[in-house]
Amino acid sequence: MGIVSPGFQGRRRPSGPALPPGQYLTEDFPVLSAGPTPRVPLSDWEFVITTETGAEYRWTWDEMWSLPTETPTVDIHCVTHWSKLNTRWEGVSLDTLLDGIDTAASYALAHSYGGYTTNLPLDDLRGGRAWIVHRYEGTALPPEHGGPARLLVPHLYFWKSAKWVRGIRLGLTDEPGFWETAGYHDYGDPWREQRYQGD
Amino acid sequence: MARTAVPGRLTNRASWRVARLVDRRQETETAATLVLEVPDWPGHQPGQHVDLRLTAEDGYQAARSYSISAPVDGDRVEVTIQRVPDGEVSPYLLDVFAVGDPVELRGPIGGYFVWRVTDTAPVLLVGGGSGIAPLMAMIRARGMAGSRVPFRLIYSVRTGRDVYFADELRRRARDDHGLDVTYLYTREVPEGSAATPHRIGVADLNTHGWPPELEPACYVCGPTGFVERVADILVALGDDTRRIRTERFGPTGG
Repeated sequence: MGIVSPGFQGRRRPSGPALPPGQYLTEDFPVLSAGPTPRVPLSDWEFVITTETGAEYRWTWDEMWSLPTETPTVDIHCVTHWSKLNTRWEGVSLDTLLDGIDTAASYALAHSYGGYTTNLPLDDLRGGRAWIVHRYEGTALPPEHGGPARLLVPHLYFWKSAKWVRGIRLGLTDEPGFWETAGYHDYGDPWREQRYQGD
Repeated sequence: MARTAVPGRLTNRASWRVARLVDRRQETETAATLVLEVPDWPGHQPGQHVDLRLTAEDGYQAARSYSISAPVDGDRVEVTIQRVPDGEVSPYLLDVFAVGDPVELRGPIGGYFVWRVTDTAPVLLVGGGSGIAPLMAMIRARGMAGSRVPFRLIYSVRTGRDVYFADELRRRARDDHGLDVTYLYTREVPEGSAATPHRIGVADLNTHGWPPELEPACYVCGPTGFVERVADILVALGDDTRRIRTERFGPTGG
């Protein structure tokens, strides 16, 4: 426990599930991005998984959304301290996309239209914990929230859920992404409050 | 996208320090600058932010991120805080938190939305409302360093009463050579002004920004809708997306 702030009461949540440490609840959907929002025409959109041997697996927009989709309802936690509960998405599980891909990789680097990157262990993309999503709360995902499609990995801080995702590179070594290079934590588990390097 | 190395001292940066309030300056009816004394502060770059954490007597904690609004000055760190109606943290910091009181702080945080006094490209700053805070740190750092890098600030506010740092900006626009300041008003223009209230548009950025050929470094900070609009216009005008850096203030900054 830190030093007490004289006269600070705070606003505790009356009930319901606990939030990760240092998080507060919001009903809004704030936006955190380092640059302009890229606009990607669906006719040009593609998603590509590249393995450590250079093999590429590509999906066009139509190919991606002819795959079976899931509709996860998840809590999301942003490193800037807000959390949002019970958000509803629709997308393709990474298990589906990785199925049949021959790889010995341990790490993944997601990359996006606009140049953003973020890294995570490949295992964190498996086991029904990660999706490529194109719909949010029943409508097309808005561009400022990562549309036309973004990665969704809700068990990690939300910067790992790359907006405007374009592909994932699989590798034998861990390569830090954009915010990870700028001082954010390499893994980013909200329940262990891994915000910054050294946490 | 450019990657920016962050200065070292990572373990220092990640640890909470106890800061104390030494001074407070009212900026507008709803915003104030808090001057904090932070022992062994490692220094920061203009544009970076800090986390502040409050703890109640029963151990309950709440943390929020705030932009630093002034350049390095020894152990002093200034943050400018806008009141969020019904907020959990900002009303405490503005109304209850008193000179001498402690607060936990960690930082500096963020290595991307940063201007360095050694940078040489012309700079366009576009601030909406409280988004002026990190831009002011850049303007002040430029002045302090005697930098001749040309700066243009476009500052969008609701009314003339909502301008942060009003006197200082007026003085700097006069005295800091190479700094141009343009105000835009979204609700109500000051008396005697010929302008009409409007949301920032392509004409404002064309007239008061830089031609893209000059390859300006653009820093855009404000509420999400404002930043989206400005960044979209800059891209449409031909600015390289890699030179447009954004910081969006959610409506729930607390």
